[in-house]
Amino acid sequence: MTGKPKDLINSIDFTPPEKPWDDVDADLSSGRFCYPTKKKNLEYLGMPTTTKDEWSPADEEWPLPDNWQEIIYEGFKDRLEKYRSLKVFMDICVRCGACADKCHFFIGTGDPKNMPVLRAELLRSVYRKDFTTAGKILGRLAGARPLTKDVIKEWFSYFYQCSECRRCSVYCPYGIDTAEVTMMARELLSLLGLNINWVLEPAANCFRTGNHLGIQPHAFKEMVEFFCDDIEEVTGKRINPSFNRKGAEILFITPSGDVFADPGTYTFMGYLMLFEHIGLDYTLSTYASEGGNFGLFTSSDMMKRLNAKMYAEAKRLGVKWILGGECGHMWRVINQYMDTMNGPTDFMELPVNPITGTRFENAASTKMVHITEFTADLIRNDKLKLDPSRNDKFKVTFHDSCNPARAMGLFEEPRYVLNSVCNNFYDMPESTIREHTFCCGSGSGLNTEEIMDLRLRGGLPRANAVKHVHDKYGVNMLACICAIDRAVFPPLMEYWVPEVGTTGIHELVGNALVMDGEIERTTNLRFEPLTDEETEE
Amino acid sequence: MNAAYLYSLIAVVVLGLIAYAGVEAAGLDGLFGLVIPYVALLIFIIGFANRMLDWARSAVPFRIPTTSGQQKSLPWIKHAKLDNPTTTGGVIGRMLLEVLLFRSLFMNNRVGFRQVGDSQRIAYKWVIWLWLFGILFHYSFLTVVIRHLRFFMEPTPLLISGLERVDGMLQVGLPGLFISGVVLFAAATMLLLRRIVLPRLRYISMPADYFPLLLIIGIAVTGLFMRYYTKVDISRIKELTMGLATFRPAIPEGEIGGLFYVHLFFVLLLLAYIPFSKLMHMGGVFLSPTRNMANNSRIKRHINPWNHPVKTHTYEEYEDDFREKMIEAGLPVEKEPK
Amino acid sequence: MQDKGKIIAGLIIFFMILTFPFWYNRGAASPAPEPELTQKAKEAKVCIADTEYMRTEHMQVLDVWRDTVVRDGKRVYVNAEGKEYVASLSDTCMDCHSNKAEFCDRCHNYASVTPYCWECHTYPEEKK
Repeated sequence: MTGKPKDLINSIDFTPPEKPWDDVDADLSSGRFCYPTKKKNLEYLGMPTTTKDEWSPADEEWPLPDNWQEIIYEGFKDRLEKYRSLKVFMDICVRCGACADKCHFFIGTGDPKNMPVLRAELLRSVYRKDFTTAGKILGRLAGARPLTKDVIKEWFSYFYQCSECRRCSVYCPYGIDTAEVTMMARELLSLLGLNINWVLEPAANCFRTGNHLGIQPHAFKEMVEFFCDDIEEVTGKRINPSFNRKGAEILFITPSGDVFADPGTYTFMGYLMLFEHIGLDYTLSTYASEGGNFGLFTSSDMMKRLNAKMYAEAKRLGVKWILGGECGHMWRVINQYMDTMNGPTDFMELPVNPITGTRFENAASTKMVHITEFTADLIRNDKLKLDPSRNDKFKVTFHDSCNPARAMGLFEEPRYVLNSVCNNFYDMPESTIREHTFCCGSGSGLNTEEIMDLRLRGGLPRANAVKHVHDKYGVNMLACICAIDRAVFPPLMEYWVPEVGTTGIHELVGNALVMDGEIERTTNLRFEPLTDEETEE
Repeated sequence: MNAAYLYSLIAVVVLGLIAYAGVEAAGLDGLFGLVIPYVALLIFIIGFANRMLDWARSAVPFRIPTTSGQQKSLPWIKHAKLDNPTTTGGVIGRMLLEVLLFRSLFMNNRVGFRQVGDSQRIAYKWVIWLWLFGILFHYSFLTVVIRHLRFFMEPTPLLISGLERVDGMLQVGLPGLFISGVVLFAAATMLLLRRIVLPRLRYISMPADYFPLLLIIGIAVTGLFMRYYTKVDISRIKELTMGLATFRPAIPEGEIGGLFYVHLFFVLLLLAYIPFSKLMHMGGVFLSPTRNMANNSRIKRHINPWNHPVKTHTYEEYEDDFREKMIEAGLPVEKEPK
Repeated sequence: MQDKGKIIAGLIIFFMILTFPFWYNRGAASPAPEPELTQKAKEAKVCIADTEYMRTEHMQVLDVWRDTVVRDGKRVYVNAEGKEYVASLSDTCMDCHSNKAEFCDRCHNYASVTPYCWECHTYPEEKK
């Protein structure tokens, strides 16, 4: 298992092996792969299954259908026609190497197949063999190789070591996006029934119960009511949010992770307090109770199936627009896919902030607004009374989540909110934030225990930057706008920079927000005293 | 492949010898000087068009720009109009910066380790070499190509002789040194050395990466040799090339020399090779959906041409599943239980 | 696809630029011009070296002449046959080839070469 942080980082070696990469088999020993999905999830979702119910990637023989090569060939062909991105990215890479050390998994493992260029070559080599003249004639000399079972194993290993963070795409002179390549490869694997459980189980849950964690409607309501108890204890104010209420002006959707586990729960409390304070006419839905979308990590069809609930529920409840909580990949889906897949949204109206009157023209078509856009607008228009000193014990830095950064460009809104609700904010170095931001190391469904070593390595570049501001400014709190981050960072920080905690932005908003008629606050939402007790000199 | 560059080097040398022997020993001036040029040009045009149209035939289902700057949101937040464009104008600006200045490569950095106490730390260093060699290579190549138009146009347009004057402004030697030729050779050589010397780059490089570089180096070397050392009669060469450019192909009287045919053959090989290789990035860069699309899919609906219906789990099915529990928890339901 | 038109338009523009020389020349024949020899040159029969050599290397000879004369002060050039010449563009070359327009410029113009000889040197007035 993983040893001391010092030993881990000192052991990283970027020197490539002697053998050419296409002669090196994927390492599928225990701890190096995600568990494959249970068959029940595939069956529930009506997806192709493997030929054996119980199997492990460590097995020599994988349970693939007899015509597996044909399935991949046809699937590949189909996707080349459906996605110009795939076809262009297969063809135009010049292997300049600019992307090579941009991947957090490469930096953390030194494994050359984690260089984006080689990750894509895993697919490209097969593409050349099957779909290009040069590859058919010249074979290996043209960088082509036949599709074997070992290639499938390699795909399973390395396309589940990519978190679809798009950092490589920023540096590529042609914008080649490994996320796109990984998505296609995962779709192909999925045609053979090869999926990982940590993605498929949440997807199946979400399909049935409306959220990844499989929280049923009554439980969802109960959990939110627990938060209201806690809020009452801290602020003295009782909040009674509505559920599935028709005729509300706004539907609020956030990832279910924030209902389920700390520290996301504090962020959820922050939302509730904010909405209560401004008297927002909103409702929560138990049916569309998930902002995230693990379909994105499976296939575009699965993404569409899960995402459909948002608009369906908005239509059923008759809301005017949708407000979305802090989540990473959820916002990639909303910004780049939702309206295309499940629109048009003519049953809603252009989002207008009922408190400030601001028209969110940038959401004119999707009708969905990001919570930090909403809160930034409130603060800018002076609608919130804030006491940032209540967050004084935190020295905060901000992690730009990959998807809102590189698939949306949400940079200033969260920083504006942070700077308004806390007094000590320090950004990490330029090459690790905004469009250059590093993944938490466990995005795109890789947040699973069995690959903890890999996750700690993947999260190293992010942790390294946090360590930098921790040493330099004494940063002790890492703020983020992503539910997966909030699940990933606590163990990641515990390993690399144990002095730093994790928070959502709206937890800090909840702390700083001076609500009408509240009691004097003595603790923050975590029931910790507002300031650290002074140690005796 | 570790010795991938050897395969490519052998290929380039053999191809050069074929042209040399073909002209000098077998007297195939007509084949190398008149037939292959037209064939190569046709292969290039048809192959290039085919490739572009093949890409054009594939759908662009989603709007997936990589956003490298602040989105357009609230009016008081400064929008990065080029790095995160919402309009066609912004996209054009972004593409121009990319295509003309190689902006992404300019931002390149290198990861390394730095010792802090008894532990390593990751550090990033801005590196400009790839950008520098890349941009020098591309622009000098472009200059060389434009300069060569003097062999295909009569009278030579002022613009081209003007470019020659700028390119030869050092006024070193006679015939005067053209900067572009030397820079092309040097930059291509550096790009090649990069691939051979840097272990990571050598690991990812394939014969298809070395071959075009070596071919271009071959073009540059034969060109430099002809101009500065072995010398050729350029009036005769222009007569040959003008014959091609006016569809009156003929081999001129007198000696031109095998080296010229090697040079020409390399150029034609490169031309014909482009459509089947990574060199298609010259067209593909314009079609990359992560760069040529505006980030405006929240503002304006993007249409997926193959958007097909999928099976969803409707609210009705959901309520059927959980109706009892919902009622018990006081959640509103659409249908009362029977 | 919506953008197919744009791609085709781009392709057409690209190919127009690529094939521009064809349009520009409009198929007009343009054989290499022959330098015209003056009476004096014809009578002399040989230059300082054979014609083939002079065609490709004359600029090199002039470059060497310039350097030996200016830097080393050596004004005499001995050719392969052992014959001596004064190393001078104006006095030796232009003595026979006094017709710059017909002898020098024709080929230079054709090949788009602009020698900077005349930035310093004078050349005989053309008699016409």
